[in-house]
This record gives sequence, structure tokens and C-alpha cells, in this order.
Amino acid sequence: MKILLEQGRLLDPATGRDEITDICIDKQLIIGVGDQPAGFEPDHVINASGKLVTSGLVDIQCRVREPGHTHKATISSETRAAAHNGITSLCIPPDSNPVTDNSAVVELIHHANHKAGNRCHIYTIGAISKGLQGEQLSNMGSLKKAGCIAVSNALNPFTNNLVQRRAMEYASGQDMLVVIQPYDRALYGNGCAHESAMATRLGLPPIPEAAETAALAKDIELVAQTHARTHFGQISCARSVEMIRQAKRDKLPITADVAIHQLFLTDRDIDGFDSNKLTIPPFRSEQDRDALRQGISDGTIDCICSDHQPHNIDAKLQPFPSAEPGISTLDCFLGLVFRLVDEGVLNLAQALASVSSKPAGIFRLPAGHLAAGEIADVIVIDDQSHYQCDADLFASAGKNCAFTGWDFSARVETTIVAGKIIN
Amino acid sequence: MIHNLQLNSAGKLKHFLDIEGLNHSILTDILDTAESFISVTDRSIKKVPILRGKTVANLFFEASTRTRSTFELAAQRLSADILSLDINTSATVKGESLLDTLHNLQAMQIDMFVIRHQDSGSAHFFAQHVLPGVSVLNAGDGQHAHPTQAMLDMFTIRNYKQQFENLSVAIVGDIMHSRVARSQIHALNILNTGQVRVVGPPTLIPEQAESLGVQVYHDLNEGIRDVDVVIMLRLQKERMRGALLPSEEEYFAQYGLTAKRLQQAKPDAIVMHPGPANRGIEIESSVMDGSQSVILNQVTFGIAVRMAVMSMIAVQPVADA
Repeated sequence: MKILLEQGRLLDPATGRDEITDICIDKQLIIGVGDQPAGFEPDHVINASGKLVTSGLVDIQCRVREPGHTHKATISSETRAAAHNGITSLCIPPDSNPVTDNSAVVELIHHANHKAGNRCHIYTIGAISKGLQGEQLSNMGSLKKAGCIAVSNALNPFTNNLVQRRAMEYASGQDMLVVIQPYDRALYGNGCAHESAMATRLGLPPIPEAAETAALAKDIELVAQTHARTHFGQISCARSVEMIRQAKRDKLPITADVAIHQLFLTDRDIDGFDSNKLTIPPFRSEQDRDALRQGISDGTIDCICSDHQPHNIDAKLQPFPSAEPGISTLDCFLGLVFRLVDEGVLNLAQALASVSSKPAGIFRLPAGHLAAGEIADVIVIDDQSHYQCDADLFASAGKNCAFTGWDFSARVETTIVAGKIIN
Repeated sequence: MIHNLQLNSAGKLKHFLDIEGLNHSILTDILDTAESFISVTDRSIKKVPILRGKTVANLFFEASTRTRSTFELAAQRLSADILSLDINTSATVKGESLLDTLHNLQAMQIDMFVIRHQDSGSAHFFAQHVLPGVSVLNAGDGQHAHPTQAMLDMFTIRNYKQQFENLSVAIVGDIMHSRVARSQIHALNILNTGQVRVVGPPTLIPEQAESLGVQVYHDLNEGIRDVDVVIMLRLQKERMRGALLPSEEEYFAQYGLTAKRLQQAKPDAIVMHPGPANRGIEIESSVMDGSQSVILNQVTFGIAVRMAVMSMIAVQPVADA
């Protein structure tokens, strides 16, 4: 189908190009930006005047719960939610059940996405060790061939530094990105809240900063040793931002992301034992949040992910320490990204780049650039919209929202994935 | 929201979950009401009809001897019907969810739940999910709060010292894991206690403990110097396994309350312990059984204080949602 997106405010995250113009799409590709190619006869015209037209968003950390936890959500439900919210590429971590440590699971996921109508591109992050056990290396070459775009041990940190070193070396030999969530299991203990006056008052088992920073320090040293291209996911501490800043100054091949909710909520928000605000890593202090905001603003942190974790109702209907961690964020991702602009943390071009071209660059995905010849993942945003976040209206199967009642100003009107109008 | 949960629209107790968020006048009301019940517990017929026709369910997900039995006695002396559930043999072990257990009991027309559970915040969780008109009394939630214990301790202090303003109180031991200490600290501060101290090794003092309104000491002799009240906390033996302490011997040498050490406190200082005590680990037998110890009186007062809280909740309008 030939689609003409007419007279929208085009903002290309990759180049910062910002002008009111047209986009022409034919089959899967963008075939023209600005001037229409000669003889272009659109089958469908979308009037985007007064709206923002940009690349589909890229979310590099999103749990879809399939395979293994389909009572919480499915590839079908979460790709629908993603498309509904302008996210056209999803990277899913390997801690499904079964673990994504072999090509059969990768194929299973792609098959399920195809069956669900390919509403968005799914990319799998393979397990770096068999069963995420941290003992034997996974068949990374086969995983890459099957389509994995990176490898990770998810929230199962290596307990053996030698195995971790070898895994990182082997991955770099396959030219695969290593994704690490810095996590020291012993220092986490049975903790469920940032170690602070709040955890002390509420009597919640505390999680010290060192549960992240001690692991991160070791991980950075192993990057220095192996030169493996490494991405640090979902960091939460001011000290982590500073360590990454220094490692980048030292020219180590590292990048980092932060989960969108970490840029807004702090340990104060868990007052009242709201289990929807139980996360791993936990919400930390205001100073930590401000340092994360500074980090994303000055480029120390490269990009923002949703860290979407949809849950069934029962998973959260528990006293705080017994509830399952994680927030359903796909349905408020765009709203929160635009709040970063409204609150002066990022300008619009930076904000859009941090959720499209930048993560696409790190994970080498064909996304985040509006130009002729690129895959036509394009979204139309009404950025003059005003509404309140309401979990009951979420497209995601997970209604475990931490932002109910927040005011948002941006809403996706149209999502085009590979030239197909999905939403 | 957390603190309003236990008060009704008139500012009276609807649930009793946490000392934090209550004011001086409610705490004083509890102490005064408990005072009036002391005479009941001294009578030959130890009953008043305040809870007649009401059903109280004791729901203990964690082991307890004195809290559970004093709650039972308190309910009986107020003429309530009482149902005590041993959770270890009940449906939750068979996989029933917490809420389903609660809802099933509610279907038996329980008016008041007395709940102890290992999760901090569990009392709030239950209070958020009971029907309007049903009350929750927190008998200990994780490491968060144990408000009736704190109130019986306040009752004990007032009984011996008459006031709080000019007192120095030291709480000694495992503050980190103690719901009793947290509730005591809040109560002492709300009652305008002159000085509240906590004493223990850094591994047993929680992060930013000062923010609770206490002075932190790591040396026992300094920590109890010239205090009017010494509250010893129970040291759980599993703390040794978690590398929080080297050994029981070392702990007793550093933090055990001996008769000699007690001389650092004022001559008329009282010694308290919420029980169960470990003789020879946190407290020497001669101190525990000595003239300054009021530990057994705490248990007696516990019944009157729990009667007070139950009766104050029971007189609130039923349907105040």
C-alpha cells in the first residue's frame, strides 16, 4: 500500500531534522521525505497537519511474558499495547520460561509474533549462559544466526568472575552486544526497598546502593579487560551514573539505559506500601533520580527503556514484600517521555532520540531514522492532548500501574509498522 | 493515606495499625482507658460487657505466646467471642491466598481481626481489604510496627515515672529487625519524651536511624548513662548466621545488660524487655529478676492496654467506611 503522510511536523530522531513536510511510504519502505517521488499515487492519505510525525519508538527492555507466563500477558496482548502506544520495536530479555538460550525458543517467539499479526518488530536478547545459570556458555553463534541481537544473563548475575569474563570475550568474538543489569545477589539479600530513612521507617528489608554499584564496578573492570561491547541496563544510583561517566571518559565500549519510571519516582513514593511501586532495582533517593536525569540529559546515559513488566492482579494483591516487582509501563511510556520535555529535562529532539535512534544505534536495529530507503516505522503523535493516566484503559494485559492519575499531554494517533497501518 | 487508614472521619481509631500518624491525645486516651481497665483485671469477676455479641478473630501467621494470649484474654474480659486460628494448619498452607483466607473469615461475620504476619505493611494491606465496619488490629507486621506492645510499654513507663517530658529512654539491641523498637520510638516521641536513644552495633542499627527521632550509640555504657528507662530487645539467634554479629559471647560482652553496667543508668532506672528474653545473651539473670526489672508487670499491663484499644475501636460507628 502507498501511504502519504501529509503536512505533519516531521522530527527525525536520527538527524534532528525538524520541518513541516510530507512522507511517502510504499510497501515496507519510506520512499520520500519532503518531495514526493515522481508518479507517486497514494492509496491512503493521512492528514498530519498540527501533529508530530516521527520514527516508531524502540524499547530495549520489555517483558511480554511469553513463553512461560501467559497468565500475565502474551505476545499478542503486549504487541497490541506497544503499537497502540507508538512502540514499533521491542527487545525482550531472555528470562522467559523456557529461557531464550537456544534457537528453538527464538523461533517460537517470532512465530507467536507472526501469528499475532506482526504488530511490531520483536528482537530477542539471548541468554549468555545456558539456562541463565552462569556456568556454561550458551551457543551464542547459533543464537545470533537465529536472530538474537544481544546476549544477557538478565537478573541472574554471574557468581563466577572467570565465567563472566569468558562469556564476555566469547560474545565479543561473535560481535554481539553484552547486556548487563548490575546486580549483586548477596547485597540485595531479601531486600525490597532502597536503604534509606523510608525503608527504616517502614521496616522494609533494605537494598543498599552497593547492591548495584559493587556489581557495576566489577562489570566495568571486566569490560576494560575484555573490550566486549557492553550495555548496562536499568541503572538506578547516582554513583552508577558517575562510574559510567568515568568509564566513557576512559573510552571503554559501554552504553547505558535507565527505566522511564526511575526518572520520576523515588523512595518517598513507596510510603503507604503501594505494591505497584515495588521494583527491582528499587526507587532510590531524590538525589539519585536527579543524577539519572542529569545523566540522560548530558548523554552519560544513552537511552530510556520501559522496563515493562505486566502482572496479573494476584501478583500485586499481596503485602509489599511478598508482591512481585515491576510496573506495567507501555501505556504510559510516551506520556512520561513527553513529561521529561515539559519538565525541561530534555528537549523534544533529545527525548525522541533517547527512545528511538539512540537505542536502535546501540542494538544495531533498523529503526529510528526517517529517510528514503528506511523501513517505514512511523508514528503520528497528538502532542496537544490532555488526559489522565488510567490503568483501567491500558491496552497492556498488565494493569499494575504506578502513575494512575498523572497528567499526560501526548497520545499516539497512528502507528505504521513496516508500511502497514497497525493502529 | 497510610496514616488516615486507621482513623475514621471524626479522627477516632477505626483500625490500630501503627503508632506513627496518631497524635498525643489518642495515645493518652489509650493509656487513660487502660488505666480504667486495670481495676477490672484486679476484680474477682474480670469481665465487662463492652464487646458482648462481637466476634474477634486472632490470625497469627507467626508464632507468638504472650501477644496472642493477652489479646485472647483481653477480648474475653470484654465479653467478646473469640476465634483463634493456627495458620500453620489452616488453608493458607494448602495454597489459599491471604485475601481468600481473610474473605472467608469475613463471611463468618468477624468484627475484629487481630493479625500478626511476617511482612512489613501486611496490617495496612488487610485494613485496605476488609469490609467497612470490620477492624484490623496489628499484632506485629514484619519489621514495621507492633503498636499494642509499644503502648503497653508506654503504660509501664507512665506507671513508674508518671510523665515522659523529663525522661531519657534507651532502647538497646537489634533495632534493625525490631518492629517493637520502631513503634516504641514513635510513641515516645509523640508523648514528648525528653530523649530517646538507641544502642547497638552498626550492623543492627538501620540506615538513617536518626531520622526516626533518636540519638544513636554504639557503646552500651555511654548509651545508658543517666537514663531513666532501659528497654532491652530480644536478640534472635539467627543474626549470628547472617554475619551481623560474631557470637553470642561477644554480644553479651559488648551489649549484655549486667548489674554492673546498669549502674551507669540513674539509680531509680527501670529495666524493660518485650520478651521473650534470652538470659545470658542480652540480659543477665540478676538484672532480669532484680528490683529494677518491671518485665512481668509489662505482661500484666498488656491485657489492660489491649482491652483499651479494642474497646476504643468497638465504640466507633459500625459503618464508617
